[in-house]
Amino acid sequence: MNVFRFIWQNHGQVLELTLEHLRLVGFSTLFAMLIGIPLGIVIAHRPRFNKPVLASANIIQTIPSLALFGFLLPVPWLGERADRLAILALTLYALLPIIRNTYTGIRGVDAAVMEAGRGMGLTESQLLFQVELPLSVSVILSGVRVAVVISVGLATIAAAIGAGGLGEFIFRGLAMVDDRVILAGAIPAALLALLADFGVGWLERRLQPR
Amino acid sequence: MHPAAATPVIEFRDISYRVAETQVLSGFNLQVQSGETVVLLGRSGSGKTTSLKLVNRLLSPTSGEIRVKGVPNTEAELIRLRRSIGYVIQDVGLFPHFTVERNIGLVPKIGGWPQDRIRVRVQELLQMVGLAQEIALRYPHQLSGGQRQRVGVARALAADPEILLMDEPFGALDPLTRDELQREFLLLQQRLHKTVVFVTHDLREALRLGSRIALMEAGRLVTVLAPKDFLRSSDALASAYVRAFGEGLESAANRGTS
Repeated sequence: MNVFRFIWQNHGQVLELTLEHLRLVGFSTLFAMLIGIPLGIVIAHRPRFNKPVLASANIIQTIPSLALFGFLLPVPWLGERADRLAILALTLYALLPIIRNTYTGIRGVDAAVMEAGRGMGLTESQLLFQVELPLSVSVILSGVRVAVVISVGLATIAAAIGAGGLGEFIFRGLAMVDDRVILAGAIPAALLALLADFGVGWLERRLQPR
Repeated sequence: MHPAAATPVIEFRDISYRVAETQVLSGFNLQVQSGETVVLLGRSGSGKTTSLKLVNRLLSPTSGEIRVKGVPNTEAELIRLRRSIGYVIQDVGLFPHFTVERNIGLVPKIGGWPQDRIRVRVQELLQMVGLAQEIALRYPHQLSGGQRQRVGVARALAADPEILLMDEPFGALDPLTRDELQREFLLLQQRLHKTVVFVTHDLREALRLGSRIALMEAGRLVTVLAPKDFLRSSDALASAYVRAFGEGLESAANRGTS
């Protein structure tokens, strides 16, 4: 129970790093949604862009995270502040599940429903906002959920480039060979991931079309 | 008025349609007069559904033109054209996340009708297609196949279009329900006098519902005949159909009297 005593004694810092962590994950997920959902919609409607877009997102995903942080470090505006850089990197990682699920969700809308809608004289934007998005929102959110859970874990590595977050404890603990310090970062991070998973999962079920 | 003297409501003029290397329709000419039900009869791949989709421009012909009420349909504004044509398909395509009421009321709603007028119209339509009023608040997955297709028909009729395109609307229903819906279609048509193009591969249905039957094969129009003439036709394909469907067709063709 040493760990919990340690966390209690340092609760101010744990809280601060948790908030930093949340900020990294929150912004990167938001940006990834702002980019990924429209991109997913575009490739669902224009299948010839589907392969290149999904392949690029896939390739990004295969770059080891530490290496990606390193690659981005020399970029002028980004390199100035570690948190900017971390948010960009996390955004890039979050793209794939969001794009892929948006694509899958929209492609999964019953063709007969789309044909009927089009035949009735719905415009493309009416079809998108009244039919396609409402019917795929839960699939899209399950992509967001995967993205958030990945980000919470990956964001711990952001501490390696000085972006803060719960990874600070983990790296510090590794350097000090002190399990308590490592766990003071790892436990809140794990809880955060569970909480995000549960929260977005709840939203997903709430918005599930009948 | 003699039908030939009036402007046809729908007119296919020398239509050809090809996708990649496949000639789906060629030299297709057909006129549909106001208030009649023309049934496009043919086997799968004969071009029936394609012809239908050319009318509301879900597809565009490779050459030729389609006139709706005398005007080439490419000159009409696409969305307005589609809203003025009811469209019913075999898989119905109800919006699963909308109640029956919202499904039926959607075209009036996007057409800017006031809410209370839509509600009245929905009630009226439900009654017209033989559904109870309380169905209005249900979702499509809570309905039977027959109820769903009734809602599909009501939805197509919502904004009172002059033209109705029906693509095997009763094809997926069990025989009893199909029979019921066919009977109701005839009653409805006696009241509403819509101009209907109806696609089917079922000769019995064609004889029963059609004012005229347009027989199609391999992208060509073989012949256009009234139901009674169809039974006596010397055309090889028409008589092949009659033979394949066997006994009891006379009664289907005598829909007025049976």
